[in-house]
Amino acid sequence: MLKKIIFQFLALSLIFTYSAQSAESGGMPQLNPEFWISQIFWLVLTFGLLFIILSKFILPKISNNLETRKSQILENIETADKQREETEKKVKEFDKIINDTKVEAKNFFNSERQKVLDDINNKRLSLEKDIEKEIIKAEEEIDQLKKTSQEKVTKIAIETSSDLVKQLIGEDINKSSLSAIVEDLSKKEMEKHNGI
Amino acid sequence: MAANPMYQFNVYRIGPEIKINNIDISFTNASLFMVISSLAILIIFNLGTKRSIIPNKIQLLAELSYSFISKMISDTAGSKAKPYFSFIFSLFMFVLFCNMFGMIPYSFTVTSHIIVTFVLAAFIFIGVTIIGFIKHGLGYLKLFVPSGVPMVLLPLIVVIEIISYLSRPISLSVRLFANMMAGHTMMKVFGGFVVSLGIVGGWLPLGFSVALTGLEILVAFLQAYVFAILTCIYLNDALNLHH
Repeated sequence: MLKKIIFQFLALSLIFTYSAQSAESGGMPQLNPEFWISQIFWLVLTFGLLFIILSKFILPKISNNLETRKSQILENIETADKQREETEKKVKEFDKIINDTKVEAKNFFNSERQKVLDDINNKRLSLEKDIEKEIIKAEEEIDQLKKTSQEKVTKIAIETSSDLVKQLIGEDINKSSLSAIVEDLSKKEMEKHNGI
Repeated sequence: MAANPMYQFNVYRIGPEIKINNIDISFTNASLFMVISSLAILIIFNLGTKRSIIPNKIQLLAELSYSFISKMISDTAGSKAKPYFSFIFSLFMFVLFCNMFGMIPYSFTVTSHIIVTFVLAAFIFIGVTIIGFIKHGLGYLKLFVPSGVPMVLLPLIVVIEIISYLSRPISLSVRLFANMMAGHTMMKVFGGFVVSLGIVGGWLPLGFSVALTGLEILVAFLQAYVFAILTCIYLNDALNLHH
């Protein structure tokens, strides 16, 4: 601080010595007081007008512009945020819808498959039952046929054998004894045939 | 006469002599450059007030300087200094444009005259003092009594503080004036060397001159900035009494 003051005094004294000299040699035109009043007058006039015009008309506009830009930027950021949130919501909804439809489709597919499978099963079961019935029937028929056929064969065998004997010997033989023999033979034959 | 490095600071009348009550207020070259600087500021900043969300170059310039000075004021003098924004803005721009117009060859540097800078500094000094007394009353005199100083030293410190306070307008005005004058004189001297040394030896001072021009443009900006920031600091003293 002291240094500054000393410097200022030095500068001042320099100016004053210069001004003393300038009277003689013309030295620094700055120290010629001829136009000082004029310079002060024009400085006050121009600077005053500049200050008034700047402070009344131009600076408020600039500050206004800056404010509006700031507020607009804030507003834009706000709306952008809002829209982003909305988009996120929409995306979530969309995802949800897709998920739901997927689940629905899966459920539908599963239920339909189940239905078809059940249907097939039912049909197969009924078919199997029918087939079983048919088989049983057929087996019964076969059994009956077997029985009847054996009796018939025995009868035919007895008749043919009696006919043969009649032709060979020329007389009737007791039919009951003949049938006993034939039955015995056929039984043996049947056993052989059936592999018992 | 043109070889005299001080010749560039001569003030001369342009047009007729204007006298009011025997006081000479003629239009001079100094007045001309004051008017040119003010008009340039007004034109540039008026072009910068265009209402558009995305600023063009001039608007960007205007808005950047607005926020630059606004930041400078709030950094040095706090939020209380906001009402003085337009004054400091005008002051900074006026000094800056006067300095910059002075850099054009054969032009006149308004701020290289002690009377101009002294009037500005004295106005700031008186204004700041009035603001200080309005804000704090007689309590503003506490500015001269720093706290935490031993009682023995107090008389000395108070005297020094008062001298330093009173020398503010001088230091403020002489700083700007001396810087501008010294720079321009030096450029003129080097320019004179270029002419006198001719095509053989003139290249070195020419190089110096070019370098000095760059330096002077820096100084022109810096001095305007210093002028404005010191005004802010004085304003800060008046608005927020720290001592």
